Amino acid sequence: MNIKEILKPSFWKVVSVIIVTVGLFSTYFRFSLGLGATTNLQDSVPWGLWIGFDFIGVGLAAAGFTIAATVHIFNIHKYEPLVRPAILTAFLGYSVVVCLLLVDLGRPENFWHPLVMWNIHSVMFEITWCIICYSTVLLLEFAPVVLEKFNLKAPIKFLKIISIPIVIAGVLFSTLHQSSFGSLYLIVPGKLHQLWYSSLLPVHFFISCVAAGLSMIIFESYLIARSCTKEHGFCNTGLKMNILSGASFVVLIALIAGLLLKVYDFVSNDKLIYLTITSMETSLFYLEIIIGTIVPIYLLSYKKFREDKKWLYIISICVISGLILNRLNVSITGLVASSGINYFPSFDETSITMMLVVIAIFIFRIIAKNFAVFISDESEVHETNTSANKSRQIILSEQYD
Amino acid sequence: MLKEKGILFDVTLCVGCGACSQVCKETNKLKQTNQDFLKDHLSDNTFTVVEQYGELFTRKLCMHCNEPACASVCLVGAITKSPTGSVIYDADKCIGCRYCMQACPHHIPRYEWATTQPRIRKCNLCTDRVKAGKLTACAESCPTEATLFGDMDQLIAIAKKRLKDSPEKYYQHIYGLEEAGGGHVLVLSPVPFEQLGYISKLPKESMPEFTMRAMEKIPSVVVGGGVFLTGMYWLTKRKNQIAKDEKNNNKRN
Repeated sequence: MNIKEILKPSFWKVVSVIIVTVGLFSTYFRFSLGLGATTNLQDSVPWGLWIGFDFIGVGLAAAGFTIAATVHIFNIHKYEPLVRPAILTAFLGYSVVVCLLLVDLGRPENFWHPLVMWNIHSVMFEITWCIICYSTVLLLEFAPVVLEKFNLKAPIKFLKIISIPIVIAGVLFSTLHQSSFGSLYLIVPGKLHQLWYSSLLPVHFFISCVAAGLSMIIFESYLIARSCTKEHGFCNTGLKMNILSGASFVVLIALIAGLLLKVYDFVSNDKLIYLTITSMETSLFYLEIIIGTIVPIYLLSYKKFREDKKWLYIISICVISGLILNRLNVSITGLVASSGINYFPSFDETSITMMLVVIAIFIFRIIAKNFAVFISDESEVHETNTSANKSRQIILSEQYD
Repeated sequence: MLKEKGILFDVTLCVGCGACSQVCKETNKLKQTNQDFLKDHLSDNTFTVVEQYGELFTRKLCMHCNEPACASVCLVGAITKSPTGSVIYDADKCIGCRYCMQACPHHIPRYEWATTQPRIRKCNLCTDRVKAGKLTACAESCPTEATLFGDMDQLIAIAKKRLKDSPEKYYQHIYGLEEAGGGHVLVLSPVPFEQLGYISKLPKESMPEFTMRAMEKIPSVVVGGGVFLTGMYWLTKRKNQIAKDEKNNNKRN
């Protein structure tokens, strides 16, 4: 790729440059003027868009552990082509989350304190450590992709030996912190609206992230197949419908499990009454459940929708929207009634968030172009292994054959 | 060893002079935030306020819980319970996540939003004065003894005695004794506490309990999950191996 090609303006390039430039200015203001001047946060709303977005980012990055587990633990190698995109998505998702956390911290220069100052009773402490450990796991899981590009065989061999313990550790760390994001709110029974507060919040968070993480991968696969297949480095990105339909079936199971858990929670805690009260919270709750759970369950239960790429795309958008609504409801709107303040993110909060998302997409594209992120599925691997361009595609889990 | 200290505030005795809020500002070197102290609110420069409800006056300040939610959620342990019973904050440790503000059942901690080196701000029960053997500034300045400072067991006894001796004068409840697991600030009032802006529906158990119930499951999740995943790995690998062997056998035959 030459400079001319890079500089050639396109709509998305212009928009991205504007977003990043504005975001950089906002970041500068955030650090030079402080939180009060640049955000709409205040004493009664200490957490806003940034924390809400962290919940969303981590939830949508969940495919990193579910797909790694499916392929490497449950040895279902059909899903192998999804592993690398999922891990890369997860890693970039977590990077955005960590950057946003640093922006959100009142004293970002003290970010390293949790490493040496421990309070093991704090959910936040557990989450911090899980995120640190899981990001390391993601790095190790993705390292072979980088190493094979430079033909470094010895470290790959070593990583292959420890790959299974790494994947298991990754699944455990993920399970813990995905659910712990829900546990964060267990301590505010009086503040969080009853529609969302539940002693089962951690379980709700875990189940919904499984569904939404996989939906994110379906969504991403569709977008990449539609827009980039012809680009250099994006070969093997054609939609593999049998894989995506399989993944969507897991989404269906997770959604049903989540719905049943919600029903159980509402019935056993006598919360059904809240469903009949007209309020902003109730409408948001219905919106979240209908878009994110009921409609996708209905559509996914038909085989013809599961196997149609357009429908699958629409369904994945529904599930993702459901998760976004849910996390924002728990972290922002569900707390409005008790704080009495209608919080809406400020310009700087929004622009910094958008900047980080744009940068993450940009890095995803660069890595996808330069490294073998999108690999062909199993059958083709066998063929390519015997053919001449063998060195390009060494798969982490080669031990299965 | 120091005995645990606390404050007993009696609404029936308070005349709304505002001496406590004024002396609090002086002791903690806080800026003036409002000409009329009755219209002031808790803020990064106001650790205690006097509020007027009809003819009654009441105070708001940190309740210094026995098992503080803020201290339990702080990931770096910047908030701690001191031996004197006060809940104190160490700005040097704080990373500014503001989980304490989110977690506090009494909506107490305030933040220095306007600075680039923000601190959590709240009443610290005059820990330095108390360690030096003095009363808290607010209790010392109170002309009517509406704010009493002393050992917790004595304060509880006084509060119970007042409720018993003049049942017609008091609403029969000591606010702060059991709310959210109880704390070191007790309030007596002639009217139900929600009429004075207190949150009356707080659970009796301490807030960290709610989190502990989930946190204590972590070890079993880790062990159980680890065993399950390892087992599944071994099982599915073996299954694939057997399927493959059979396939090869069939081919050979």
